Amino acid sequence: MSGGTGNFDEMFDSNGQTRPAYQDYCRWYGEQPPDLMRRKNREADDTFRRTGITFNVYGENEAEERLIPFDMVPRIITANEWRKLSRGIEQRVRALNSFLYDLYHRQEIVRAGRLPERLLRTNDAWLANMVGFTPPGGIYTHIVGIDLVRTGPDEFFVLEDNARTPSGVSYMLENRETMMAMFPDLFSRIAVESVSNYPRRLARSLAACVPPAFTGGKPTVAVLTPGIYNSAYFEHAFLADQMGAELVEGSDLRVVGGRVQMRTTRGFKPIDVLYRRVDDDFLDPLTFNPESALGVPGIMDVYRAGGITIANAPGTGISDDKAIYSFMPEIVEFYTGEKPLLPNVQTWRCADPDSLAYVLDNLAELVVKEVHGSGGYGMLIGPTSSKREISAFREKLKAKPENYIAQPTLALSTCPIYTAKGLAPRHLDLRPFVLVSPEGIDITPGGLTRVALKKGSLVVNSSQGGGTKDTWVLKD
Amino acid sequence: MLGRTANSLFWMFRYLERAENTARLLEAALRMALTRDIVAAEAEWRSVIATLGLQGQYEAAHDGYDGVSVWNFVLRAPGNPGNVRAMFGAVRSNARAARINISSDVWEAVNANWMKLDTLLARPVGPTAVGEVLGAIRRAGTQVHGAFDGSILRDEGYHFSRAGTFIERADSTARILDMKYFLLLPSLSYVGSSLDTGQWEQVLRSVAGARVYAWLNAGQIEARGIVEFLVLDDRFPRSLAFCRNALRENLAALARMHGAEGQAASLMRDADTRISSLTVDQIFDQGLHEFLVDFLARNAAIAQAIAQDYRFLA
Repeated sequence: MSGGTGNFDEMFDSNGQTRPAYQDYCRWYGEQPPDLMRRKNREADDTFRRTGITFNVYGENEAEERLIPFDMVPRIITANEWRKLSRGIEQRVRALNSFLYDLYHRQEIVRAGRLPERLLRTNDAWLANMVGFTPPGGIYTHIVGIDLVRTGPDEFFVLEDNARTPSGVSYMLENRETMMAMFPDLFSRIAVESVSNYPRRLARSLAACVPPAFTGGKPTVAVLTPGIYNSAYFEHAFLADQMGAELVEGSDLRVVGGRVQMRTTRGFKPIDVLYRRVDDDFLDPLTFNPESALGVPGIMDVYRAGGITIANAPGTGISDDKAIYSFMPEIVEFYTGEKPLLPNVQTWRCADPDSLAYVLDNLAELVVKEVHGSGGYGMLIGPTSSKREISAFREKLKAKPENYIAQPTLALSTCPIYTAKGLAPRHLDLRPFVLVSPEGIDITPGGLTRVALKKGSLVVNSSQGGGTKDTWVLKD
Repeated sequence: MLGRTANSLFWMFRYLERAENTARLLEAALRMALTRDIVAAEAEWRSVIATLGLQGQYEAAHDGYDGVSVWNFVLRAPGNPGNVRAMFGAVRSNARAARINISSDVWEAVNANWMKLDTLLARPVGPTAVGEVLGAIRRAGTQVHGAFDGSILRDEGYHFSRAGTFIERADSTARILDMKYFLLLPSLSYVGSSLDTGQWEQVLRSVAGARVYAWLNAGQIEARGIVEFLVLDDRFPRSLAFCRNALRENLAALARMHGAEGQAASLMRDADTRISSLTVDQIFDQGLHEFLVDFLARNAAIAQAIAQDYRFLA
């Protein structure tokens, strides 16, 4: 499986003709002097470094800040394609929220025999103390990222749901800013849907979910970050800044008088909505991990008593589980009464003996993932792995089959990136960002396109050397 | 504003000021050493290390005092955790922590200068490069202050930042004076001969005051005048009087914004009554060294009170 022949390319069809979405862009590209792109490429790198748009990587020695490589060639989606995608995304996100509500209430889906109860019991992301509690506004997933891949003109699949704490939205915004600064003429020629009001929409969406204890006036919203050494700190600061919210750490917060309050220069001030970018495990040392210094002792009690809104709600992480993912088609149908508009990638649950046997027989062709894993860690990509890697993985799989799912190695679509030798196709995916509030579901047109930079590679994660592109949804 | 953020702004500007002052001190010593014989040069480098309070750490790593060893120790040695490279790291990490309370202009000035200095200081600095490196450190301060002045909202964050700057600057000027106070005592200066004006000029250079002093005094240089200038002249931005006045205004503004005065403001008043009506003769009568030791202690107490008044720490 390698880039080039056989894959769907976003820009060119199999005869080498430019697809409609890219025609205006390619015309513009053809008119540019040859050294422009080379110059702009360096300029982009300098901009990102100077502005400090970095993420931290934990290597063997110390934390190192790196840039996520930015590719200057946009990924372009037509208005028509986007309409279809957004209907499917909205349906899925609606189902996810209903599913989470049900899991923590009557569990109708388990009673109906559509989801094995075992999947809840054995899942670390399941929070027993959320049972019977309804978060403010009934919203569990205030912010969701749905990872999509494409294999053909109309073949989009959902690869993963990110309902825990999806990241990357700052890159969506900064990539656009960078493109507009570098190529202003491009945006005056081509009408592209704007993404820049995402922070305002996020702020409004969060403010619409105030807790019962809210006393009126302007809701106080804060972003909870693990701190400046966290890999996504730039994004936490960026979002707080753009929303006009406070950026707080666990050590700034304390429970005072039944509210979670932050230590300001004038004393303690209550927070209404906490957009937390720390995992459930670290949220409350009294309830979860007692070693955690990132969270706030007692916050879960305040939450359950209606003193604060936590976004996303604790316990939503269970829907990111890849074994749960394999049930998403049933989940969508169960809660919406509709067929899923966006299909899942075919998935074998290794907990099931027949599937396990099939997976073991076909390891060299499959992608195997840990059910609780993320970030491209702990997975096997059969076609690009050595015999030794495969046989080592086989043992892990046999030892704990219920920890794994397997999927076919998809012929992910490609899109050209700019290289020193000109344009070259690379595999990519797409993560649109979805906001959920009592006012409705709000999808920002586009999202984050992640692209593998190595020829033929199917791994797009930034932690594994992937890059990003600006993502355009064309206006009609 | 969060107490932690106020703390970050305060220390971001303290470290920025400290890096700049350290560069000036090294520049003055470098110039002095170039015009002296080897014994005098060694004494000069020794006094740099003493002014910075690094004797113990330095002597654990080096047998003698020479320029290359001293400036590398001060600028970048891992054996000196308070080296200038680390100061700039602290400027940047405090700026990052307070990222949403500073403007993009300030952040970019900090980040761009940090990238430059961190690279310059990644390798030993040789005699041909040291001038460029020290210049780059000073310019970093200038650029951050410039961006700050033109883009920062005049809210409490502004006053915490400025308070950090003036606390640190007063501390630095007082330390430099104290290290050389024996050169400036009237009894010795009248003896004349062996101590030439070069030493005095060096003190002025360390605080970027040589040119202004010469202009104000028609080129005539004398010890009393230098002490008066660096302690009492409230027109010179690195004098103790100037730093006190500025800090008093910052504390007054904070008190207005918060609707109440803190402990720092009353410590400030006590300190003020001691310095405001002083003459240079009275300082010499009381003892320059004793005066400076008292000043440094009060300055440190005010800094501590600010941290407490405004809940810098949990």
